Amino acid sequence: MNLTLKIWRQKGPQAKGKIVKYKVADISEHMSFLEMMDVLNEQLIYSGDEPVAFDHDCREGICGMCSLYINGEAHGPDKGVATCQLHMRKFKDGDTIYVEPFRAKAFPVIKDLVVDRMAFERIQQAGGFISVNTSGNTQDANAIPISKHAADEAMDSATCIGCGACVASCKNSSAMLFVGAKVSQYTLLPQGQVEASDRVINMVTQMDLEGFGNCTNTGACEIVCPKGISLQNIARLNSEFLKASLKG
Amino acid sequence: MVVILLKRNFVRFLRIFSTMGILSSSIARKVAMALSALFLVFFLIIHLTVNVLSVFSEEVYNTASHFMGTNPLIQFAMQPVLFFGVVFHFVMGFILEIKNRGARQINYVKNKAGESSSWMSRNMLYSGLVILAFLVLHFIDFWFPEINHKYIAVLPEDPTRYFEELQVKFISPYRVVAYVLAFVFLALHLLHGFQSSFQSMGMNNKYTKSVKNFGKIYAIIIPLGFIFIALFHYFNQ
Repeated sequence: MNLTLKIWRQKGPQAKGKIVKYKVADISEHMSFLEMMDVLNEQLIYSGDEPVAFDHDCREGICGMCSLYINGEAHGPDKGVATCQLHMRKFKDGDTIYVEPFRAKAFPVIKDLVVDRMAFERIQQAGGFISVNTSGNTQDANAIPISKHAADEAMDSATCIGCGACVASCKNSSAMLFVGAKVSQYTLLPQGQVEASDRVINMVTQMDLEGFGNCTNTGACEIVCPKGISLQNIARLNSEFLKASLKG
Repeated sequence: MVVILLKRNFVRFLRIFSTMGILSSSIARKVAMALSALFLVFFLIIHLTVNVLSVFSEEVYNTASHFMGTNPLIQFAMQPVLFFGVVFHFVMGFILEIKNRGARQINYVKNKAGESSSWMSRNMLYSGLVILAFLVLHFIDFWFPEINHKYIAVLPEDPTRYFEELQVKFISPYRVVAYVLAFVFLALHLLHGFQSSFQSMGMNNKYTKSVKNFGKIYAIIIPLGFIFIALFHYFNQ
């Protein structure tokens, strides 16, 4: 298929960006979206132009590195997949596709479509862990009984790959689905209970410091999330935060 | 003038308060927003109940209105709380909106927001602004004349005046249209707001489906009740 691409180009963090139009021809419907971007970049390199910078790594939907706001939707028109697993069969011959970076004050553009998502790392560092004694007396995690229900729920939350699609789609650029998932994956398990209060307060404080907006429960994050992280995680974050605040 | 002064001091108070701790966190602000919303949701039921009486009996409506207008507990305890609740909900709504808009400095060239969220959830500010504009009209219609009657002009108290004061307001078709439109926006606001307030307070469990369904029924029935009353008095002059 032949496509027209309208891509956000920006030389650097301080540079002024703009949408630039490109044409790509003979794109196979079996290609992934990122492979189509590779074709475009080869074309640009052959013609002596600067290739479009975009984030990618595993290309199998698990690393959370790929992003892109494609035709007005985070990770494009397909549901439950990251951009790397979006296939060109979702588009038609002659389509015009807008490709933009994830937009948020807390996700500044580094170059073209690459954004700095270190804010997520700093939130994780603020509390997304459990403290374990590693001096030789480490307790075997499997020795602690955990109900199947709690284990399943914690696992569902832990499938968050931290791609940032929730922030990109939220009209308020809120990171609460991400933070909710990260808080939940520990809080639901006995190992995470010990530091539960400090964790939620510290992670929410860091989230606010990074400049993310406030959740207004539009639910857009849940719809676009490639891993189907549910809004229950945000409710759990709210109740955990309230509990921790009231405890003082 | 009094309202402007109150509002200005309230914003100042809120700013100090928000840097003090309790309301400095995004989640705490949302919980405060949800609590004030649920308080207003409860208030709407009371307001509609009293109004519905006007459809059935002039006498009962007058008695109920006289009670609401003269009972010291309602006048000097409940009314200030209500006033605080309304102002808090609006001011906090604006604060959150300003902060949220600041969280994205460059907008998308192409954004299909409708694919992942409802119109109501994305436009709470605008439905809220229509309700605010309506409240101004509503205060001019009922609250200011009432305050004038009781505390400024200090006119003799007549426990049978309320029904007539109500009916006279619904002679003009323009006012009726304004009221009906405002209630439609109230319904849109509640369609998202009702269940959203529960989510903000951390409640998302096996009851959520029932809360959502009840919220939808509430969001339609309550405004529809107010619309019915406005139309009833317009057609029964």
